Amino acid sequence: MTDSEHNNKGSNSLITRRKFLTGLAAGAATLTLPFGNTDASIWEEYFRQHFTRLDKDELKNILANLEKKLSQEYGKDVTVRATPPMENVLFGYAIDLSRCIGCRKCVYACVKENNLSRNPEVHWIVNLQFRKNEKWLNMEEGNAYYNPEIVPEKGYYYVPTQCQQCENPPCVKVCPVKATWKEPDGMIVVDYNWCIGCRYCMAACPYGARHFNWGKPYIPKEELNPDMHYLGNRPQYKGVVGKCTWCIQRTREGRYTACVEICPVGARKFGNMLDPKSELRYILEHMKVFRLKEDLGTNPKFFYFFSMGSSVKS
Amino acid sequence: MFDAIKGIFKVLLTGSKAYKLLIAVLFFLSIVGMIFLFKQFEQGLIATNMRDQVSWGWYIANFTFLVGVAAAAVVLVVPAYLYHHEPIHDIVILGEIMAVSAVSMCLMFVTFDMGSPERFWHLIPKIGIFNFPQSILAWDVFVLNLYLFLNLFLVAYTFYKLYTGQPFNKKLTWPLILFSIPAAISIHTVTAFIYVGLPARPFWSAAILAPRFIASAFCSGPAFMLILFQIIRGKTRFKVTDEALFKIGEIITYAMALNLFFLISELFKERYSATAHIASLDYLWYGLHGHNQLVPWIWTALVFNSIAFLLLLIPKTRKRLPTLNLACVLIFAGVYIEKGMGLVFPGFIPSTMGEIYDYFPNALELWISIGIWAVGMLIFTVLSKIAIAVKTGELRARK
Repeated sequence: MTDSEHNNKGSNSLITRRKFLTGLAAGAATLTLPFGNTDASIWEEYFRQHFTRLDKDELKNILANLEKKLSQEYGKDVTVRATPPMENVLFGYAIDLSRCIGCRKCVYACVKENNLSRNPEVHWIVNLQFRKNEKWLNMEEGNAYYNPEIVPEKGYYYVPTQCQQCENPPCVKVCPVKATWKEPDGMIVVDYNWCIGCRYCMAACPYGARHFNWGKPYIPKEELNPDMHYLGNRPQYKGVVGKCTWCIQRTREGRYTACVEICPVGARKFGNMLDPKSELRYILEHMKVFRLKEDLGTNPKFFYFFSMGSSVKS
Repeated sequence: MFDAIKGIFKVLLTGSKAYKLLIAVLFFLSIVGMIFLFKQFEQGLIATNMRDQVSWGWYIANFTFLVGVAAAAVVLVVPAYLYHHEPIHDIVILGEIMAVSAVSMCLMFVTFDMGSPERFWHLIPKIGIFNFPQSILAWDVFVLNLYLFLNLFLVAYTFYKLYTGQPFNKKLTWPLILFSIPAAISIHTVTAFIYVGLPARPFWSAAILAPRFIASAFCSGPAFMLILFQIIRGKTRFKVTDEALFKIGEIITYAMALNLFFLISELFKERYSATAHIASLDYLWYGLHGHNQLVPWIWTALVFNSIAFLLLLIPKTRKRLPTLNLACVLIFAGVYIEKGMGLVFPGFIPSTMGEIYDYFPNALELWISIGIWAVGMLIFTVLSKIAIAVKTGELRARK
């Protein structure tokens, strides 16, 4: 070692203690600088509070930054809203089981509308196939993986399932950080930035409605749906839970959910249960309606009925 | 202060070849675990075999088992302090150290099972949102940390008083020790309630679950401790009398009797009533629709526990160390299987919508678990080494 390197008292190493500490401090400081596309968002995102604790300005900034980030990342003009619930609205859903043909168009429309991960593949709607004259809608015996050439299959019927939006939701009860809660218009939502990924809610849900992002979600850029809601269809993160929100980004703007719109046989019904003139109320008042796992006391707002003898031949 | 720290380092860095080898092996296993953990952080939990259908697996199974081991410290505390059983009183510190090690492992298992563990601060009241008292998980976070600090304090206090040669302040320690008894029961009861409170899972939603947890914990924890204590007494100057070991053996006998009785109660209720809700039970014990991956495991556990019970019941075999030790090993394995393959996995199989996913942990999950156990055993070794040093007088403050 040369004399010029012995330039600190009591030290004869190439990296002196002072140099090391200075370098460490500088390195730590650079983490606070905005660089590239991150926009100092690392710290903001990490320390962001629960959605219900954000004040109006904070929320505005968050949405604006999110829009900017997503627009850049996906090359589309992204809007992220946080539209509040409408007054005097409690949404309800009903499936006409005499019509469902098991085509799964709803499953894939949901994937596209809600920006669900294609790889790993996440589905928020699961259609269960039951054999007629044999399985008696026994929830222990449904088959989610039917794969024939053509549907409907002779001798089978189909029961689509998704989040039942319970009025007494077990998932909300168990969440240790209240990352999931019931909104006034009835949807159970998740704050993707608050969820710690403990998956207790998934153990608690009787309907298999909650889905975990086990890996980093992947959405092909050209397929991104750019009309988003903060509590709904914005792209989720690895390590958090997501679930059907009755297309909160649509229904709070007065539209139908994607699954209701795409169903080719009109098996899906949606509306405001508080409106005495709604289709939902008509169904509840006139049809033979039942719910899944009624005995568990979850009080779901998702109803099933048969409007007629089967429209499916045999 | 510095003398104490220097003394501790001296104690930890000197020891037999066996001790140094143990530390080296545990250290190595911790590093291996950490390497796999980095992979899991990078890829996400998709690197495990857990999926939506079985969303809790090997990590939570280990967590559940270890809460029981932690609670079992009370099996030493009660005879030592309430019944003034001197032989056990001399070794109760090791039980408290076991509790600290076990709860530390619990916290590691739960943290590395989370999808977003960096968001742990969301659990802190006021800064985050702590859903207490509605969420039983929030309860568990609370009681586990309380129990950890309680035992950590008692251990540290014991070390300090023995090191300085000062008398113990009974007015301080007695209430804490008394409190540790219901605290121990509470941690395993609350952990059981995490499962019991879920009507979506009929396999778990049974009143007998909490009593069964306590009974199996009071077998497995002390069984583990019995083996460790004999290793300690064989390798160090720390005295553990046969009388203490045999008294613990007696307690384990009663606990296993209760455990088996609760099992019979559970099996009768489910199989005699034979409703659709026994699908998970059938999957576990007989196989379901041709899926029978777990069947050999649970029957092995039953055989182990039954043989162990017989060995413990018969005084000749209970009061001889070779057969007592065999019983302990069988119990540890039996209850470990019961809590993992026997409790956590079948709760998810079939899923709430009837789907069967044959979950079994993969290599990554196993190596991370081994790493966590290694860290826990390192904590136990380090604290025990200090305990032995202060108790035998090797580590003392200079006058």
